[in-house]
Amino acid sequence: MGYNCVVLVKQVPDTKRITGEAMNADGTVNRGALDAIFNPEDLNALELALDIKDKFGGKVTAVTMGLPNAGTVLRESLFRGADDAVLITDRRCAASDTLATSYILSCAVKKLDADIVLCGRQAIDGDTAQVGPQLAEKLGIPQMTYVKEIIDIKDNTIITRRNIGNGWQEVKGTLPMLLTVTDEANEPRVPAAKRLMKFKKAKTPVEIGAEIAKKEPEDNEAKILKLAKKKANELEEKGLLIKQWDLDFLEADLQWCGREGSPTKVHRIQSVVLAAQDTVDVEPNEEDIAKMVHSLIEDHTIG
Amino acid sequence: MIEVNTAGEVWIFAEQHNGKLADTPLELLSKGRELADKLGVKLAAILIGDKVEAISDRLAKYGADKVYLCEHPLLEHYQTTSYTKVICELIEKHKPQIVLYGATSCGRDLAPRIASASKAGLTADCTDLEIGNHEVKKTNTVYENLLLQIRPAFGGNIIATIINYDRWPQMATVREGVMPMPVPDVNRKADLVIEKPNITQADLALEIIKEHLEEKKVNLKDSRIIVAGGAGVGSKENFQLIWDLAHCLGGAPGATRAASDLGFIDEGHQIGQTGTTVRPSLYIAIGISGAIQHIAGMSDSQKIIAINNDPKAPIFGVAHYKIVGDLNEVVPMMIKAIKEKV
Repeated sequence: MGYNCVVLVKQVPDTKRITGEAMNADGTVNRGALDAIFNPEDLNALELALDIKDKFGGKVTAVTMGLPNAGTVLRESLFRGADDAVLITDRRCAASDTLATSYILSCAVKKLDADIVLCGRQAIDGDTAQVGPQLAEKLGIPQMTYVKEIIDIKDNTIITRRNIGNGWQEVKGTLPMLLTVTDEANEPRVPAAKRLMKFKKAKTPVEIGAEIAKKEPEDNEAKILKLAKKKANELEEKGLLIKQWDLDFLEADLQWCGREGSPTKVHRIQSVVLAAQDTVDVEPNEEDIAKMVHSLIEDHTIG
Repeated sequence: MIEVNTAGEVWIFAEQHNGKLADTPLELLSKGRELADKLGVKLAAILIGDKVEAISDRLAKYGADKVYLCEHPLLEHYQTTSYTKVICELIEKHKPQIVLYGATSCGRDLAPRIASASKAGLTADCTDLEIGNHEVKKTNTVYENLLLQIRPAFGGNIIATIINYDRWPQMATVREGVMPMPVPDVNRKADLVIEKPNITQADLALEIIKEHLEEKKVNLKDSRIIVAGGAGVGSKENFQLIWDLAHCLGGAPGATRAASDLGFIDEGHQIGQTGTTVRPSLYIAIGISGAIQHIAGMSDSQKIIAINNDPKAPIFGVAHYKIVGDLNEVVPMMIKAIKEKV
């Protein structure tokens, strides 16, 4: 009884809350000054998975791919009720586009034997909404996108209500299934105090290593490794070790990962300059208004 | 994935539901026409469904040279897996160089699945497309006549131009309402290419149990451009100016609570603390004085134009462009300027 749910989560810069401090003098955004947050709709996906577990039993595993510091969103998942957490981190993941990302994630999800895979509809840094459907295809399972409600799960059948833009649809399918979840689905629960106390000590191997290296700067690498291994074993016994997988462990085919695995490349990036404080006075005549329209076309605001 | 094929056609996905063509394929035809002409290749529409042949005439009038018609009773309703199979097979067979989809809920469900299955690139929610060259300095190679896929990213703070030069087709979903509607040519004809899709029940992964469609409601939250009117607009008849300006910008009409309370427009359009909070790229406030309850719902807009006859109206405090004048004169001037430029 119960369903094995795997939730894909992502750490993202808080692009929705750009304050004056996050602006460079030239009006562009200083990305380093933005807080790293749990991608909002991934919280809805996590909540839906926890809800499935509460109603039908089973297990919830949170998985993220990111930089070594992405362990933060996994701890937050544990605070909220996830049973297990996996960090995929590897330098060779860098420069992955959505296709390469979904390939790498599919290698990890295959190891977890999921009945239901859940992701947020989209992440606020790229807003592509592509990784969910691409991951489903890579796993060879069907998808239900923009899910706002689970109507029922019985045996191996799932029924959901999904948003189709100009209305909704109720669809039925056989597990395993991938769901992308919208912010209409639920109100994510807050971290439970007891879980917070317990899991704030949870760490990934890369975090343990960094901590020991900081404490014992004179020690040699072999000793640090030994100490880190010991600490990892201690945490594992207490259920506080966050799993960390690299591309070797995933047995990923490197030709589909990172830059090489990404068919899309960046041709050019232009910053959008926000000049919020400056007000331009436009006279109500045809010439001035045409000038304003022209500048709005120039900066891609319209047209 | 298919090889680079510079003689390949430009394709657009002709999204239809219940035999009715959506607006987005027509917008895609207008952009697709421009791209195909630049490349000197044909523009084709992919039309999938059951008994939908009648739509192909309309696609021709709006610019398609060719329509690939894929009819089958099991294709009557859109489903991710069956439509993916049909389009992937067509791509393998005809090797187009560009495939465009509307960034609708259907297009954004379908296109990534196709991209993954065909191991090709895909750029989401483009606001513009161009043809251009790309230089890779490391190998000293210039790739000519690529599809430049232009889109906002990072919460709208950057504009990224994306390309794919080695794994084709080049694919993109295109934001709704940003490409102009083409003017139909009633005498235009297209070649109809009948495809025989090989679809079985096993290709339908889901069962659609119920469907509820609503009258197209205004979607303020996702609108890139909002034109909003306040009590200062004066009357319901005058509010037509707001609709006209919104229409020519491909934006959504909005209103203050005062304007909807006065019956100028339906309350679904209300912006502010009691309505929707919006953060569009462009917000045009017309006849709005700027009560804080309204400003709270729109001050995060990236660009704000305010038009008001009172030079002291608080709305000007958050505006990037301040126009003191009579809206009945200013708005028609704006419509004229936009129509001339865009």
